[in-house]
Amino acid sequence: MRKRLGIFLIASVLGGLLALSLACAGEPGTVEVEVTREVEVTRVVEVQVAPDAPNVQELKSDVVAHYANGVHALYTKSLNSATAMDTAIDIFLADPTPATLEAAKRAWLVARDDYGPTEAFRFYGGPIDNEEDGPEGLINAWPMDEAYIDYVEGDSGAGIINNPDEFPEITPELIESLNEEGAEENISTGWHAIEFLLWGQDMNEVGPGSRPVSDYTSADNADRRGIYLATASDLLLVHLGDMVDAWAPGANNYRADFESKDVEEALNNIITGIGELSRGELAGERMTVAYEARSQEDEHSCFSDNTVADIIGNARGIQMVYTGDYGIVTGPGVMDLVAAVNQDLATRLDGEIGRSVALASEIPSPFDLHLRETIPNSDAGRQSVLRTIESLEGQTDSIVSAAEQVGITISVS
Amino acid sequence: MPVAGRAVLAMILRGRRPNLLRRPGLMTLAAASLLLLAVALFAACADTAPTVTPEPTPIPLILVAESGGDTTAFTTTRNAFGLSARNLDTLERRTFAVGNSFFRQNWVTAPASTEARDGLGPTFNALSCSSCHLLDGRGKPPDGPDDGERGLLLRLSIPGAGPHGGPLPEPVYGGQLQDRAIVGVPIEGEFIIVYQEMPGVFADGEPYSLRRPTYQFRELAFGAMNPETLLSPRVAPAIVGMGLLEAIPEADILSAADPDDADGDGISGRVNMVWDERKGAMSLGRFGWKSNVPTVEQQTAGAFLGDLGVTSELFPEENCTGPQEDCMDAPNGGSPEIGEKRLADVVFYTQTLAVPAMRDISDPQVQKGAQVFVQAGCAVCHTPQHTTGQHEIEALSNQTIYPYTDLLLHDMGPELADGRPDFGADGQEWRTPPLWGIGLVETVNGHTMFLHDGRARNLTEAILWHGGEGAAARDAFKALTKEEREALIRFLNSL
Repeated sequence: MRKRLGIFLIASVLGGLLALSLACAGEPGTVEVEVTREVEVTRVVEVQVAPDAPNVQELKSDVVAHYANGVHALYTKSLNSATAMDTAIDIFLADPTPATLEAAKRAWLVARDDYGPTEAFRFYGGPIDNEEDGPEGLINAWPMDEAYIDYVEGDSGAGIINNPDEFPEITPELIESLNEEGAEENISTGWHAIEFLLWGQDMNEVGPGSRPVSDYTSADNADRRGIYLATASDLLLVHLGDMVDAWAPGANNYRADFESKDVEEALNNIITGIGELSRGELAGERMTVAYEARSQEDEHSCFSDNTVADIIGNARGIQMVYTGDYGIVTGPGVMDLVAAVNQDLATRLDGEIGRSVALASEIPSPFDLHLRETIPNSDAGRQSVLRTIESLEGQTDSIVSAAEQVGITISVS
Repeated sequence: MPVAGRAVLAMILRGRRPNLLRRPGLMTLAAASLLLLAVALFAACADTAPTVTPEPTPIPLILVAESGGDTTAFTTTRNAFGLSARNLDTLERRTFAVGNSFFRQNWVTAPASTEARDGLGPTFNALSCSSCHLLDGRGKPPDGPDDGERGLLLRLSIPGAGPHGGPLPEPVYGGQLQDRAIVGVPIEGEFIIVYQEMPGVFADGEPYSLRRPTYQFRELAFGAMNPETLLSPRVAPAIVGMGLLEAIPEADILSAADPDDADGDGISGRVNMVWDERKGAMSLGRFGWKSNVPTVEQQTAGAFLGDLGVTSELFPEENCTGPQEDCMDAPNGGSPEIGEKRLADVVFYTQTLAVPAMRDISDPQVQKGAQVFVQAGCAVCHTPQHTTGQHEIEALSNQTIYPYTDLLLHDMGPELADGRPDFGADGQEWRTPPLWGIGLVETVNGHTMFLHDGRARNLTEAILWHGGEGAAARDAFKALTKEEREALIRFLNSL
């Protein structure tokens, strides 16, 4: 229900008559301008404590400050595990064996789990995805056209790796410049490029891809493939390092700007991030599209079959921002703020977000099992996917309501 | 068209104007004021200027933030055109998400492991809807011969009419020049744009310059085109609010038409009756630069075929002409290449993209600009307000909206003409494009190139290009003071 405050501006009768005398001499006619100003009351909410009460205002600042701590802690954790992955990749490339390849894959999976929650820090033009130089598209773009990088079934000469004439030297500058060049799926960098180079195409209905070690020893362009993998891994560390720097405390960086800007705007950013991830990105782009289209290309980590873990990671990121419990650091979260004005809603949303994490954890892996054309909607796996989607959608509505309770209006998909 | 002033006045006196009805006090004031104005107007004209034309048209302009009614999204970010109608329910938002994916992501050559999106080409202009409608926004012409920008294409035809009265395609190159193709199939050709600067001055002496484009074909794969070929450049418009435009009652559009300018105001306003593939009959055209398409579904399926080379139930045949043998022989991605359900998802997505809210409506300069907009006569064709009827999507039904269009064809003069008829539209006629969201094109798409071919480099140039029925409004604009011109532009940028 929207309440309207009308301000009525009308050319005064006197002015109108003046205009009319001109109009008849061939000049343009009269004008009436009415202005209706919108007041942002999009639904009736029962607020127990005014969102601008002094104690609530103080809490808002605390939530923003702790959020910055949490963001820095999670990006640091992600950089650390990605660094361990980079080391494992170096060991593999120095001595390519099935064992070292498996170790590199395991390191990717561990590092990937730490990246997932950080996606709750997107969708408001922060360091990760601002329009000028946000590296999100270099870190985590998908779905990717794997033939852009390397050979695929039916095209052994495909990709940057197999075209030394066109791309004589594989460098960080080259693959960064080629990312999303010409088409959105032309992904040359980031988690999924590394994933593809470790696993290969997933031609296995019940398991992930199985790239042979010989791709890095005796196969065509094995050296170039190794250089590509090492380069993509190095580049990921650079971009994650930039995120750690942007959120480091006590520096002249994005965090300093974030903490000094209007607290309502900062909160709007924080809640928009979890709201957009919850429905538009996670429930929508990452789950519903794959579920509805039954297309493996629409699942997130299609080469490694890590999609269910990706979903859990994202859902946990929402939970961390909401509760303020980032595992490594704990403090006031959005929940505490909501609780200060409406304890019932705060508790209910906490339950909804927790339920989404639990439901995501119940989805049988691999995710692409549930996308096959022959599987009916009544199949337990598909039901499990759908329940998670519905839970994420439901919690998004509550997130929007919770934001309203604390005086913040957010627009999410 | 009917004299809007009289029409509105009559409606107010009969108490049927919904927006004013909600505020009885305001209604009384408005009615009284308008009545006084109108009485004064007729009296004044009768007494002192009996021969004057055109008659003034007092159009009440109401500035409301919610340009798209309950669908309106309050956002001014780079994603300002990309949000779903705010009043969709959860299941509808899910459909929107799927449609978004198929709108945004690239199609690939068939056969491919990415089966959901194979079937690109054989010839095409773009890999995805979003490569031209970037972020659901507006395309622009390429900056030069080497610019890979996808935002403008060339429609082709020869004199005469096709099967249902539409354009007759060029016999070899078809209805549209496809400047890309899958491997093994030749591209039809390329084009370059050459601009010629045309200087002019405002009444106050400030100079301006307009650029007039001409198109030159290069590397045509099948030899010279028919010498009588007609071409029409078209840029991809922003696609917010398409479903709302679809929901405007046909009777409302028809009632505003004045094909023979019976009221003598110099503005005709014609309906384009076009072929409706779904109905198998002629229908009222609403979409496309010449109102040459009747529904969002047909526009979407037509673009999938013409621009991406993706067949659908509505358009099952690949767009290869007989002489293009490699095109005819290329493998396809199934029949049709986009299934009925997926197409419906993309159509739903396109219908339900939210209109961004109008901004700064309390700003005096914006209000001044709104007055200038009406005084200069812009609002005669760029009809500010409509009320939607019943649409199959409930969220779009019965909404008071502010698209600033009458969806009618107007003769815009020889300078803007493409010389290419399109169903009932002649070579000088264009549909009044909606203006909602126009002020956010720069934020979303990073440019301010307007009109059907992007020749205008900003809003001022776009106004200055108006000719024909728009010439009087253009001349009024040229006569304004700099302050008034700036106010008008500010108003447009607040939409």
